[in-house]
Order: sequence, then structure tokens, then C-alpha cells
Amino acid sequence: MPMSLIKTKKLTFEYIRRDEEGNVEAINRAVDEVDLEVKAGEFIAILGHNGSGKSTLAKHINAILYPTEGSIWVDGMDSMDEDKLWKIRQTAGMVFQNPDNQIIGQVIEEDVGFGPENIGVPTEEIWQRVEESLKTVGMWEYRKHSPNKLSGGQKQRVSIAGVIAMHPKCIVLDEPTAMLDPSGRYEVIRAARALNDVEKMTVILITHYMEEVVNADRVIVMDKGKVVLQGTPREVFSQVEKLRELRLDVPYVTLLAYELKQKGMNIPDGILTIDELVEAIKRAKSVRRD
Amino acid sequence: MIRDITLGQYYHAESEVHKLDPRTKVVGTFVFIIALFCVSNVWGYILAAVYLALVIKLSTVPFKYMIKGMKPILFLMMITVLFNLFLTAGEPVWSWWKLSISREGIIVACKMAVRLTFLIMGSSVMTLTTTPNSLTDGLERLLRPLKKIKVPVHEISMMMSIALRFIPILIEETDKIMKAQMARGADFESGNLIKKAKSLVPLLVPLFISAFRRANDLAMAMEARCYHGDEGRTKMKPLHYDKRDYFAYLAIWLMFAICIAFGRSLWWAWWL
Amino acid sequence: MSIIFNHVCHSYDADTQLKIDALKDVSFKIEDGEFVGLLGHTGSGKSTLVQHMNGLMKATSGEVFFDGKDIADKEYSLKELRSNVGLVFQYPEHQLFEATVFEDVCFGPKNQGLEKKEIELRAFYALKQVGLEEEYFYQSPFELSGGQKRRVAIAGVLAMKPRVLILDEPTAGLDPKGRDEILNLIKKLHDEEKITIILVSHSMDDVANYVDRIMVMNKGQLIFDDVPREVFRHVEELEGMGLAVPQVTYVMHALKNAGMDVNCDITTIPEAVDEIMSCL
Repeated sequence: MPMSLIKTKKLTFEYIRRDEEGNVEAINRAVDEVDLEVKAGEFIAILGHNGSGKSTLAKHINAILYPTEGSIWVDGMDSMDEDKLWKIRQTAGMVFQNPDNQIIGQVIEEDVGFGPENIGVPTEEIWQRVEESLKTVGMWEYRKHSPNKLSGGQKQRVSIAGVIAMHPKCIVLDEPTAMLDPSGRYEVIRAARALNDVEKMTVILITHYMEEVVNADRVIVMDKGKVVLQGTPREVFSQVEKLRELRLDVPYVTLLAYELKQKGMNIPDGILTIDELVEAIKRAKSVRRD
Repeated sequence: MIRDITLGQYYHAESEVHKLDPRTKVVGTFVFIIALFCVSNVWGYILAAVYLALVIKLSTVPFKYMIKGMKPILFLMMITVLFNLFLTAGEPVWSWWKLSISREGIIVACKMAVRLTFLIMGSSVMTLTTTPNSLTDGLERLLRPLKKIKVPVHEISMMMSIALRFIPILIEETDKIMKAQMARGADFESGNLIKKAKSLVPLLVPLFISAFRRANDLAMAMEARCYHGDEGRTKMKPLHYDKRDYFAYLAIWLMFAICIAFGRSLWWAWWL
Repeated sequence: MSIIFNHVCHSYDADTQLKIDALKDVSFKIEDGEFVGLLGHTGSGKSTLVQHMNGLMKATSGEVFFDGKDIADKEYSLKELRSNVGLVFQYPEHQLFEATVFEDVCFGPKNQGLEKKEIELRAFYALKQVGLEEEYFYQSPFELSGGQKRRVAIAGVLAMKPRVLILDEPTAGLDPKGRDEILNLIKKLHDEEKITIILVSHSMDDVANYVDRIMVMNKGQLIFDDVPREVFRHVEELEGMGLAVPQVTYVMHALKNAGMDVNCDITTIPEAVDEIMSCL
């Protein structure tokens, strides 16, 4: 039986705010006893409004934050084990929200080479890895460019290349599209999908754009640091009312299907795509005719 | 306007000088500067001028670019020249009130002007033909012996290259914040000095906050990509000397030797 | 009161070989009380366009008139123009700088040279308008949540009592609820305060639900300028510019292709529900 790639047990993280004398002023539980398992090769989407704890959870996977209570294992390694720190960070790569604040190199290829340099990959192999990573995200022809001249979507793809050049088993994308325009968003999501489909890499996508999670294997919805909903996109998006309570949306197509159903039309729950909706409407129409 | 500032500017071309190892260029520039301060007679200056002209020609950087780089330092140069002109003691040729110009003063000032011009041109050949990144790489490698006495050479060079990466981003950000505050009626232009300084607060506070936020994000992103100093770190573009570097070193030391041999008039004024 | 653009062009680096035409012969008129959506891909010239409306950028050729006066006139007061035409930039919370929320909102009216009492009245009213609870007024703006910061930044512009409010991507980076809150706030400002609104966005679905008129920019040119249903008829042209039509419109097209007799000029969910129910 394959072991789960990421496993958390009662994972809890508290932000502690102290006043000037160092006394505890406030404790904010950002992640609250989360139990989670991610299998190798899965495409997981984590949804939640701003401040729901989804980014804090993500930073544990990469050992940027350590649990206050509970534990997290990445590929069998406990994140509290200091000797494993760099191995964990190499196993689970991370892409952040702001495309400008995570590119270190002044030339694209140098930036992609930064990770492999840090983990001591020999020079020749760095070049191979840079080439294959940039080709995977479709940025090879820009390798000599300055990052300042690229669009937001292109910069995020370079960041993804920078992570995959470290040959991780899992990539965590922390709201990679929040600052992008629709075409940039599409580019990044397509690159993430390709990593999962073609390279069989485990992808954890954190977002609040509902349209981006439709193709995920599993959706996890967080609120106040807890996992409140979990399931396939269809199962999750069937619960329109519940999602609204959680300050979230459903995709427009799902919403339209939901509204039609409210008007008495016979349409199944959790419609995700236009094609499904069209089919459902046609079926409802022919039933009514009979 | 503000976008015209070009720091660490690099002129892209495919010349022999561009292809040199950054270490060669740093050492070469350094030796050239020492030579400049060693020579004292006309022959020495002519030799330095010929050498400089040759390197500029080889680098294929237009001469116009060199001159452009001089402008910001012109003021500094004027002051140095004036100081030398008025404050060198010797046989007076002209005097008015408490000021007087001596024969020696004129000579020293002229030499100073020529030296400074050559010095700035010589170093701009280096910055114009080397990308900021390979320059920091070269410096890091050259200064590596200093690590023995606990100078954080790698960290300093990493900071320099990150600073260079963020300069254009912060310039753009300044422009944006300035416009946002102008839309709220802020006035950055009129008023006296104090008022002007005060009007910068709405610009500087957001700029600093943003710079700190960026620094924080960047530090996290670097850690996430396993950055932990230069321990066990490999290089994607390791520095290595080529045949042309050996030629360059030969030329540099040759120039230095000739300057020392013929460009100094020891018996006349060795301290110059 | 109206904004008129008369054959406005703007080029960067006009006298060099790097010349870029950011605006090419743009002409239009926006009347008092309109709610306009300005759409365009990144780099289409929409940001350049809005900066011409309050005089932050100057036309290379052509004229911009506000209230019938040419804003490029030497006697024309840009200060007054900027009081009348408020511009909220993208990520406006990045411009906050004062120690408290209230002081920050006072910055605009203070620059207008108003009396202290009037300044404070306006700041108070503006913060009420954006729906910020009073308990936050004297906190540092940097301790607020993302959505609250954005509302404070919008209040900072509203406190100048503009008659036209331009918002550049006001919902960028917010979660769905935060996005709806900001859009509803903007709608309220339009409906109740009668402020002319120009909403710059690249989300078709947001725009379709709120605006009465859509202007589409592409490569510095004004391509479409019409009511939403007319603009969204041009599915292919919009896609060619890197834009899209609302999801709902795509559904209607798909239904039509599947042989149903539906009207495709539909841009919002309630309209779509009515249309689909009526043809069953």
C-alpha cells in the first residue's frame, strides 16, 4: 500500500501576539486540529476565504512554519526533525502569491538554477534541470530575459519552473493567481494541471477562485482554521448554501444550475461545466414534453 | 523623470572585453587605478591614455556612453580640482584677497583632473561590460580569502545582487505611490525645502512598508527553495579563466610595469 | 458635468525610436451619473486612459474636457479637477501612511485646503459610507484586514467629495465575499450618492452584473462602447483580445448550439433563469 505523501495529525498553529514587555496579548489559532492525508499523484484544491488558515496550513507542508501542537509528516519525515529540514523543503516545493517577490535571479535561467544550486546539484546537471523545467512550463525561449519584462502569468510560470528544477514530489501553490489577470490565471492553472497529468506530480492548489478547482481530484474547504467540507468538486459544489455561509462562491455555471433548480427545474446537484448544464437542461425539457 | 535613473548600467555587446572573466576586469581596473596614481610625468599619462583608448575600442562601447557616465560626477571633480588649485602652497602666479593660485597648484589641479577622468572612465569600462550579477560573482570569488577573518563575503554579494534586482521594482512602485497620493491632492513640487521634505512622508512611509513586505516575502521564498548560505552550494555559472584572460592579465601587468618604469619622475616629485 | 475625450492620443518616448502608442485616437463622452465598465487586457491602455481623466497624464494630442473646460488650459486648476475626479488605484491600501485610519482619510480633504471641522466631518462621513465600523477609526490602518484596508483607501478618495469616481481593479486579490462587498459598496455610491462611476476591470462577470455601459480597450484603441448586451455579442472579437464574455452568455450560446431556441443576449444569472424557464 502506498504511504500517503503528506499526513497531518491534529495539526495546530497559533499566532501569538505579544505586547512590548513580551506578555502574551492575544492568541490566534490559525490552524485548528487539522487531520489531512494527501496521496502521491493527487491534485488537491484548498478553498477558503482570506484568513481561513489555508495559507498557514500550506506553509507547514514546506516546513516554513512548525506546528504549535500536533504533527505533520512529509514523505514520512516529521517536520519537527531538524535534520530533515532541507530534505522536506526539497520534497515539497512552494510557489507564493506575489510574482515579483519570489524571483531572485536577474535572468530567468539563473533564477530557475537558484534552487538546484542551493541543494548542491553539480553544474552540468543544473543546466539540464533548468532546460527541462523551463520547457515544462513553456518559458524556455525567455531564458535570457530579465524577469522585470515578463507578465504576471509568465513570472509565476518561472516560479513554478524554479520549484520543479529541485525535483520535488509535491508542489504547493499558495494563491498563485490572486494577483493575475484572467489570461495569466489560465496560464498558471494550465501549467499546474500539466504537472499533475504529465509529470504525475502531486499538486496542492490554494485559491479562492472557484473555477480553478473544478478539475481537482479533491477539494478541501477551510474556515476558522478547520476543515469544514471535503470531497470531490461535485460533492462540494452541491452545497451552495453552505459555501455562501463560508464567504465563498460557487462557479457561475453551478450557480445558474442551482437557481434553475430553485425554480422547480429537474436538474441534478453539483453541475460543474457548461456541457453538463446543457445536457441537464435538454433532459429536463424532454421529460416535461413526455 | 524618475525612470531615467540607471544604476549599475550594463551595455550589451559581444566584444572580447565583455567575454573576459569578471575577476580579470576587477583586477585590471584596480591595477589601472594604482598605475594612474603612480605615474607623474607626461609620458605616463600618455601611456595611460593610449591603454584606456585601446580597451574602450576593444569593448565596442560607444564613447558617448562613457561621457554620459561622467556627468553625475562632474560636480565632485570640480570641487577636487578647485581645492587643489587654491590650496597647494608654492610660488603664487595670481592672488586676490586671501585666495592665491600657485604654479604648483595649477600643475597639481591639472593632474588631478586628468587622473579622475581616467579613473572614472576606466571603472565605467568595467561596469559597462560586466553584468551586475557576474560582477558580484567576481567580487565574491576575489574576496573569498577574507572569509577566514569572518567577513561574510557570500552574504554581502548575495545582498548586492538582490538589491540590484529590486531597484527597478522599487522605482516603479515609487512612481505608483506618487501618483496615488497626487490623486488625493498631494503636491510634491511646490513650497520651500521644509514643506517639500514634509510632503515626502506620504510617499516614503508606504514605500518603506512595501520594501519590508517584499523583503519578508523574498526571504521566505528563498528559504522555501532551500537557501541556507553558501555551505554546500554549487554554481550554475562557475567562473573560469580562459585563454583571453591570461592575455588580458599579461597586458595589464605589462602596462603597469611600463608605467612604473617610464611614467615616474622620482627626482622631481615622487609623492605625486 | 461630463467627461469628453476628443481624439486623444498618448505616446511614451514620443521623440525616440522606442515610441509606444498607449492611446490611439480615443474619443467618447461620459455623462453625469453613468456607471461605466472599462475593460481590457493588461497593457491595453485602460490605466493610461483613466490617468488622463484626472490630469495625472497629459494627452500628446487631442483634448480632454471636464465640465466643458479643456483640462490642458494654463488657467485650469488641476487641483480642482482632482477633487472632482477621484481615482482609486489598484491595491489602494498600498498608499496608506498615517498612524490612524481617521487621519489617513483626512489627507485628501486636508490637501484641498478645507477647514479642520469640515475635514473631519468629511472623513467621518466617508468612513461611514464605506461601512467601516467606528471601533476601527482610531486604529492603525496596517492592523486591519485586506478588505477593510481597501475600504479605508476608498474612503480616502471619497472624503474629497468627487463627482466622478474611477476605480482600477477594486476587487483584485479579495475573496468572493470581499469582492461582493466592494462591488455592492460601489453600486450604493452610484445609486444613492449619484456619483458617476468608472469601473476598470477584467472580470466580465462582475462588470455584467453592475454597469450600464461597457467600453473595451485593445492596443490603445477604444474598440467597443455600448450597453453590455451589445458588447457581449462580439464573442470572438473579445476572445481575440484576450477577454471573454460572461459565463452565463457562454451557457446561452451552448444551449442555442444544442438546438434550443434561446436568446443569446443575456449577461446575468437572473436574466438567464427567466429565459431558460420561458422556453421550456
